[in-house]
Formats: sequence, C-alpha cells, structure tokens
Amino acid sequence: MILHTVNKSPLRESSLGSCLQFMAQADAIVLLEDGVYAAIKNVDFGLGAASGRVYALESDIKARGLDARLRDDIKVIGYEDFVTLCTEYDVVKSWS
Amino acid sequence: MKRILFVQSKAPHGGLQGQEGLDAVLMGSAFAECTVLLLDDGIFQVLSGQDTGALGTKDYAVTYRALSDYGVDRIYCSRDHLEARGLSTGDLLVKVDPLSDDEVKALMAHHDVILNF
Repeated sequence: MILHTVNKSPLRESSLGSCLQFMAQADAIVLLEDGVYAAIKNVDFGLGAASGRVYALESDIKARGLDARLRDDIKVIGYEDFVTLCTEYDVVKSWS
Repeated sequence: MKRILFVQSKAPHGGLQGQEGLDAVLMGSAFAECTVLLLDDGIFQVLSGQDTGALGTKDYAVTYRALSDYGVDRIYCSRDHLEARGLSTGDLLVKVDPLSDDEVKALMAHHDVILNF
C-alpha cells in the first residue's frame, strides 16, 4: 500500500497524471501545496478513478480559496491526519 | 510614457513569483502605464476566498483591490485559461476582463515591455 503525494498544479506539471497512471487500487493520494488545485470542481483531472482515496490538506485549500470549490469526493485533512496516513501506508511516494 | 504588461502565470502560495510580480506592478506604476494579464495558473492569484492564516504567510491577494489607487485600472485574463479552471469572473476578487486568444495577442503587441512572473 502506497501513499502518493502530489504538490504541483495539474495544469502545469504532469505529476498528477503519472501518479494516477501508476497507482494501485489499495493506494491513496494526498494533494498538498499547489497539488490541491486538482481538487477543484467542474474540471476533470482524472481523480474520479481514485474516488474515495483522495485526501487534500485543509491549510493549502484555504490559502488558495478553494474550500467552497472542491469536488464532493475529496477528503479534507489536517497535518495530524496526514502524519497518521503516512504511518498507515507502507511507503510514501512523492510526485514532486 | 512606457507601457508595461505584467503577466502573472503561476499560482499563489506555492512560490514567490506572484507576490514579486505584484510588487513590481506597484513599483512600475510610479513611472509607467501598467497593465496586468493573468495567464495559466496566474488566474488563481485573484481567486476570491483565499485565507493564508494556517500557512502563516501574507495574504497579498487583497492588494489587487488597491491597484486602481495606483492607476492600474486594467486587469485582463485569457478566457480560455479561466474556463479551463472551471472558473468565471464572479469567482475573482477584482474586476477582470476575459480576452479571446486574438485579443491577448493584440494586448501583448500593444506594450513596450512584457514582464513575466
């Protein structure tokens, strides 16, 4: 089980696409920093394929004005939740 | 007077270019005719509702509201890039005029200097 982290905007970098391409069914994604732009509603960045397994950091969402503009299937988490997730998965893969 | 076009092309908070670009607009407004063009993720610079409290960084987006006090009355964006982000002008914290691709080309041709951030 791998926890994938994506911190780049999906419109600037291919890291989210590569992450979705290579992640397994048991894996999950954490969106952080500019990676949270992938969670914006009304635009399809392919996150539906990982629905229910996509987390996004609340502080980065709020800083970017996205908290009222998120997809319904995104799980919003804080830093402590992020640390817990890191301990629950075998490996953390950063797509930075 | 020289005409300077400031292009914002990066998202805020992930790097410093956005804030540096805005600082440059304020400085440039002292001696030049300045226009702001938002392209690519630069459109996110003026997305409403930004709250950087938890990040502990400066919430500089509100400064866009003060640009008109510095004589910078024109802020444009690419309509194509706005729509590609699922946004409309109502999502933005200042008045921004969306331009077609041809209008963006004409805007760039109309300026003496183009600075990209």
